[in-house]
Order: sequence, then structure tokens, then C-alpha cells
Amino acid sequence: MDVLQLFVSGLANGCVYGLIALGFVLIYKATEAVNFAQGDFMMLGAFIALGLTNEQFMGLPFWIAVPLAIIAMGVVGYLLDMLVVRHMFGQSQIAIVILTIALGFVLRFIAGLIWGHEPIALESPIAGKEVRFGGLVLGLDEVTIIVVTLILTVALYIYFNRTKLGVAMQAASQNQLAAYYMGIPVKRVHSLVWALAGAVAAVAGILFASKGSIDPSVGLLGIKAFAAAVIGGFGSLPGALLGGVIVGLIEPFASYYIAAGYSQLMPYLLLFLILVFRPHGILAQVHAKKV
Amino acid sequence: MRTVFKTSYDADINLFRHGTQAAWYMALLVLAVVLPFLLSTFAIGEATNMLIWAIAGMGLMILVGQTGQASLGHAAFLAVGCYANVLLQERLGLPFLLSFPLAGVIAGLAGVLIAIPTTKLHGIYLAIATLAVSILADDVIVLAEPLTGGVMGLYAPTINIFGLEIDRYVNPDRFYWLTLVVTVLVILAYRNVLRSPLGRSFAAVRDSEVSAKAMGVNVARTKATAFGISTAITGLAGALMGHFAGIFNNETFNIIISIQLLLMIVIGGLGSIHGAFFGAVVVALLPQAIAISRDTVGGLLGTGSIAIPGLEQAIFGAILIVFILFEPMGIYGRWVKIRTYFELFPFYRRDMFRRQKSYLKTERMR
Repeated sequence: MDVLQLFVSGLANGCVYGLIALGFVLIYKATEAVNFAQGDFMMLGAFIALGLTNEQFMGLPFWIAVPLAIIAMGVVGYLLDMLVVRHMFGQSQIAIVILTIALGFVLRFIAGLIWGHEPIALESPIAGKEVRFGGLVLGLDEVTIIVVTLILTVALYIYFNRTKLGVAMQAASQNQLAAYYMGIPVKRVHSLVWALAGAVAAVAGILFASKGSIDPSVGLLGIKAFAAAVIGGFGSLPGALLGGVIVGLIEPFASYYIAAGYSQLMPYLLLFLILVFRPHGILAQVHAKKV
Repeated sequence: MRTVFKTSYDADINLFRHGTQAAWYMALLVLAVVLPFLLSTFAIGEATNMLIWAIAGMGLMILVGQTGQASLGHAAFLAVGCYANVLLQERLGLPFLLSFPLAGVIAGLAGVLIAIPTTKLHGIYLAIATLAVSILADDVIVLAEPLTGGVMGLYAPTINIFGLEIDRYVNPDRFYWLTLVVTVLVILAYRNVLRSPLGRSFAAVRDSEVSAKAMGVNVARTKATAFGISTAITGLAGALMGHFAGIFNNETFNIIISIQLLLMIVIGGLGSIHGAFFGAVVVALLPQAIAISRDTVGGLLGTGSIAIPGLEQAIFGAILIVFILFEPMGIYGRWVKIRTYFELFPFYRRDMFRRQKSYLKTERMR
């Protein structure tokens, strides 16, 4: 039973990493850019929800605050792309990486300024409740996280492969110039996918904040999610989830079976091994061009 | 504008393009040497800090600016250099004159060791791999407590060169001169690498790996060499940083330092020694500038000094965003534009430095 409990809590953790990784992958899939501020997006989304619903701030009902926070983060994502990232259109990936790292610093500062640097817990109805499956006692928050993540991943996967806008997003990333020739408004598509990534980050943030308290530096979790995205295969939506789950599971099991100090090392060690032996991740998205 | 009339093949690779340029740099060097007589003890400490950051910046610049390989993990090599230098002195009793270059060599070897498996990675993947190295280094320092002192950290001993004692607090002027000597040596080494075939192959790899391969450049080996030289210089900077800080632990070299180092050389201007120095000026002086302006503002409002956590990083980030949007070539790029304006006066045109419009293609199809 112990192992199973460990497994479920690892799985829930992994799903949060997977959700942040989904945001990375969304933006990467559609714009070829890597958003290093995705973790800070998550943090901001969580804080917006918290600011709307917690008693000490605005005190709105939870189920109104959640969609509002998701929409707000979508708008933030859209505006960030429109006002800042779009200037970098066509520039190299590394330039955008550096830009988003700087954006993350600024977002962290803004959140600290508004909500302070003390850890705060989200007043969420799913926090601290239990669900029983037979003899197994699971946290409602953990079960919710796993279910929501699965639904979101499947929905996004279908969206990218089946809908017109999803295919347009993929086209915009594969060749910007050719996408223009096909009549795709590449810049607007980019902004839309940033909005989508913002919304996904808000969901991740709300779920994460339901599990425990948050503070502005929680965005650094993004680095771990980043490792997850790479392990799974950068550019693959199921890969992001898979990588997230692997990272989420490896941590509790490493600290259970090896030693507590080594558990935080494991995700990065795995990342390094994956990069050396399978550079494009487990579900690789890199294909050799057939000429 | 001065046109250099080249009368020999050496003119292309001379250290200075013409006499006037050499004279200016000599004047700058003289100013740097006599600086301790002009400034207060506190200001000399800040100048030393700036020089150390500049050395680290030059180390990263060889990799990012010259070879085009992004690294988000150079704090790890600062740590390697720092710990190697202090441990060699304390555990093996080596003198500073031996332990310091050895620290550079060890950091360089560590860099090559990391580079061998990662040279086949490109762009963003390399950045992630080096990010992982930086995080691992942080944890390894904590775990290797018997050697590194873990979170308690280590104390850097007083430097002793043939009986001449150099301590950052007791005689800051000497430590400044020591740092200056290292800086000048590193600049010379950097310039000479760039003038050599190796430096040319760095540039070839940066501009196009495919063409570099076609020209007979061994891309993997060139990248590994660039990594080695880069991390060796960074290791030297780390060793100096350890002596400058006096006491250091894993937090001294955390992931934020890695990121800051990369952001620093971008603000300064990629691909030039000047860029490393301009960036170092920003990084070293920004905290002081913020502290001073905070006191001034607080004094004006009558509220006293207000401490806002994270302000420094936020301003740093904001400066970077402004630069990357409006001046991607950094401070050095702006300086070149201003210089060209005056050299060509009144013939400078706005579009002289305009960037070509470019479009990205996916890297997932090769």
C-alpha cells in the first residue's frame, strides 16, 4: 500500500510538471520558441486565482475565480506575445530564450510586489479532502490533478492534429515563410498559441496551489518541468505528459529507496542521460528530411 | 574614418589595427594600473568585482559569442575553478601560483568532459543540458560535504606569492592588481586564440556548421575545444571569485549566477571582448546604483530606505528586455553605431545597421 500511495502522489506531482511542460511544448510546437517563463506563467496564474478567491483579497466564489484566472492568463499570454515577443519574430531561438528568462525575472518581481513573498495557500474546495478506493486513501486534489491533466492532454492533442487552427499552428512553426504563402496569419497564430499556453499555465497553477502553498519563486519549478519536456521529447504533447510523470515518479521513489539528498538530483541526471543517448527525447519529434 | 593601408599579410591579424588604437588601449591600461591611487578602498573592491565578472564573461563569450554554443551552466565551472583552487591550496599545500593555473586546467578538463557527450546537441538542447549541469553541480557540492564543506562552505586562504601576502580585506589594492594581471593575460590569450586557425574555425562553426564541415573543420572537436578554453577561463574567474568572496558555498554558484552570466554578455554585446566588459560593468555596478537611487528616493519622500526584494533582478531583466528588443547587439553595438556616426559625419544613415528580415524554419526536420 505504501508504494501505491507513493505512486499516486508522484503521479499527481508529475501531472503538474506535465501541465507546465505542455505549455512549453505548445509554444515550441507552434512558434519554434522556448518560453523559459512558463513556470512563472504558472505562478502568476495561481496567484491571480488566489487573489480572486481568497478571503483576504477579493473573496469571489472558487468556481467563478477559476475561469476568470484562466481567461486572465490567456490575455496576459496574448498581450506578452503581441507587445514583446513579436518583435523577435524570425530571430534565433536563443535570443527568445534569453528574452523569456528576463521576462520571468520581471513577472516574479511583479507577483512579489502584489502578493508578497510569504507562502500563501489557495482556498480551494479540492484541498485537503480524501477519496477512498477500497482500502486506498487518496487526496481529492491528487485525483483531480491526474484527471484534469489527462483530459487536457487529450483535448490539446486532438486540437493540434484535427482542427484547422491546430494544423495552421504546426505549419507556422515548420516554415514561417511558407505558412505566410498559404495564407496563415503567422503572427496572430503565434499570439493565439501564447494565449493558449497562458491558459494551460493557469490551470497548472491552480492545481498546484491546491496541493500546497505558493510563493513567487515557485516558478523555478519550471526548470524541472523543462527537464520533463525534454525527457519526453520536446515538441510532443503526450511526450510532455510522459516526461512529467517520469520526473514526478522518480523523485519520491529515489528518496524512498536511495536517500533523501539524492532524489532532487535524479531528474537532472536522467535528463542528462537522455540527452546523451537519445538527444530528442523518448517520443522523438525529429525526423530526417527525405530528399 | 581611418582607412588602414595594409602593406603586409600581418596587418589582417595584428593585435591593434593602427597606432592610434594601440595608444588608446595603452592609455586605458595605464589608467587601470593607477586606479587604486585614485579611488577609495570601497570603489577598488567594486572595480575588482567588475574585473572578475569580466573574466568570467570573456570565458562564456568564447563559447557563446565566438562559437555560437549557448551555455546556461557556466556557474558550475566557476564553482569547479573556485573549489579546485582552494582545495589545492588547503589540502595539498600548493602555492597560489600553482593552484590558480591548475584550477583553470581542472575547470577546462571538466568542460571538455561535459562537452564530449553534448557536442552533438544543437541550440536549445545544449542550453538545457548545460542547465542540468549547473543544477547538478549545486547538488553535488552539497552532497560532497567532506570535501566541499557542503552548505557550510569553505574559507579562501590568504594568497601568498613569494612572501607577498594578498588578502582582499587587508590589502585590496594588491588583490585588484592581481586581478588586473589575470584580466590582461586572459584578454591576450582570447585575442590570440581568435587570430589563430582555431579561432577562425570557431567562427566557422558559429556561422554555419554545414559549411564549416565542408571546409574541413572537425565540428565536434572544435566545439569541445571551445568548451575547454571557455570553461578554463571561467574556472580562473571562479578561483578569483572565491578569494574575493572570502567564504563561499553551493549558493555562491547557483543556477541564477549561470543565467546572469549569459544575460550579462548579451547586454554587453555578443561576439566581442568589449561586450564582456560592458556587461560586467552593468552587473557589478547595478546593485550599487539601485542602492544609491533607493536611498535618494527614500530621502526625497522622507520614508527612509525601502528594501524591495527581487528589485535588482527585475531591473536587470527589464534592461535586458529593452536591449534585446531595441539593440540586439548590446551596449557594444550601440557604441559602434555612435562611433560610426562621428567617424562618417555627416554621412551616417539610419539604415546602415539594419537587420535583414529573417524567417525561422523548424529544427525538427533535418
